[in-house]
Amino acid sequence: MSDTHKAIEAVWKIESTRLIAGIARVTRDIGIAEELAQDALVAALERWPDEGIPEKPAAWLMTAAKRRAIDALRRGRMLELKHGEIARELEFQQQRLGEAMDQALDQVIDDDVLRLIFTACHPVLAVEGRVALTLRLACGLTTAEIARSFLVPEKTLGQRIFRAKKTLSEAHVPFETPRGDELRKRLESVLSVVYLIFNEGYTATSGDEWMRASLCEDALRLGRMLAEILPEESEVHGLLALMELQASRTAARRGPTGEAVLLSEQDRSLWDHAQIERGMAALQRAQQLGGGAHSYALQAAIAACHARAYTAAETDWERIVLLYDALLQISPSPIVALNRAVAVGMAHGPAAGLHALDALAAEQALANYHLLPSVRGDLLMKLGRYAEAREELQRALAMTDNVREHELLSRKLKQAMFID
Amino acid sequence: MPQYLVAIHHPDNFDPSTVTEETMRDIGALNKEMMAAGVRFFAGGLQPETKAKSLRAQPNGQVLITDGPYLEAKEHVGGFWILDVADQDEALAWGRKAVVACRTPVEVRPFFEMPPSK
Repeated sequence: MSDTHKAIEAVWKIESTRLIAGIARVTRDIGIAEELAQDALVAALERWPDEGIPEKPAAWLMTAAKRRAIDALRRGRMLELKHGEIARELEFQQQRLGEAMDQALDQVIDDDVLRLIFTACHPVLAVEGRVALTLRLACGLTTAEIARSFLVPEKTLGQRIFRAKKTLSEAHVPFETPRGDELRKRLESVLSVVYLIFNEGYTATSGDEWMRASLCEDALRLGRMLAEILPEESEVHGLLALMELQASRTAARRGPTGEAVLLSEQDRSLWDHAQIERGMAALQRAQQLGGGAHSYALQAAIAACHARAYTAAETDWERIVLLYDALLQISPSPIVALNRAVAVGMAHGPAAGLHALDALAAEQALANYHLLPSVRGDLLMKLGRYAEAREELQRALAMTDNVREHELLSRKLKQAMFID
Repeated sequence: MPQYLVAIHHPDNFDPSTVTEETMRDIGALNKEMMAAGVRFFAGGLQPETKAKSLRAQPNGQVLITDGPYLEAKEHVGGFWILDVADQDEALAWGRKAVVACRTPVEVRPFFEMPPSK
């Protein structure tokens, strides 16, 4: 790719969100807005290599989009505009449309970007559609990039985005930011989309999955964006804190051959301490806003306990147990309960941990979850009950196909044989 | 995420009172835009280089402090951003905007990154 092309792509990446948001304010339809913005990008790709990148690229792109919009209006493609605020006479319509778009760029406000994100994460869409639209519209990723990130064919991803846009249009989803109680509910959907994107990246395992790993950065950026635009929403800061703190461990999470390194065994000097600071600041903000007991803030507070410990042995497990208790109160889940049992085992000894685990034995959701017998095996080992530990570890082995997990469990099993 | 320094350069003896309101407005708008895009890690403006003090180690182990900038130069760093961006191309795209908003030359330069996990 030529330098100019790379420069154009970079301009697109930083301008497209505001451009699409500004156009959508006029068209009230993010699908149409995105098409017009794409048309403008195509025009830029044709002209900028010869003419050079203009001094104000965003204004140039908006002008190009405006021309396309007026063309579309003339050809009757933008029907929704005709029964909108814009009057009936075509010429008058064209003039109004042009003026509205001229104004749109000067006044793209954070609210427009927010509307764009809320619309892309609308509950009327399937979750995968929300994720794809958000990456496309709010992060400036191309369809090809998103497809590579999610390991699906580009065509599939293109259809996914097409369907999502169609659904929004057919459901007449308004281009607006919800207010009051509705805002809270809809914000949950937005935050869960952001965290889902983050986790997709966080679970990427190897160097050739770098495209997936960069999803963490896209999610972090979305989180920072939202924290800027919605500074009073505690869970926005809570989620941002959680992501910053988790991402701070990235360099320590994989060993030389790509194998997972457990938190307790990570080289903590590899943690990104500047990022930990940012996570701590975001967590503090969430707590100051009174959101310390909400879900993301609690998870962030648990991550913060690990971040504060210079060595694994210094971890404040008692505090972690309390935080898990609080988390269970607001969002009871067997997985959270299992994590809590691990923390109890660390804080109050393996017998207490085992006791906490016993309460989960009947949990249907964990019936085939290898971490339940795996954790039991660990605790039994610590209690010196090796025969029982071996049984549990073997059960765990039979439950997982994951190669890395297999290695880890086999290693533990060997240990259990050796000691006995 | 990679971080880049975007530094703006002012001519020697630059007088801050000559900055027009329009420039101030453009810089303000750019800052807002950077924050809303989630890329602004840090921003700061520096006082004139005449306020600088320079420190040099002497052969006898003492540190000599003198008034003025370390380098005699026609231009000095007047302020800078530290941005979290995807790559150099994106840093340059923000740099372009900085050149236009600040009406000054701009230097874009990467920070060393954390050792990558392989």
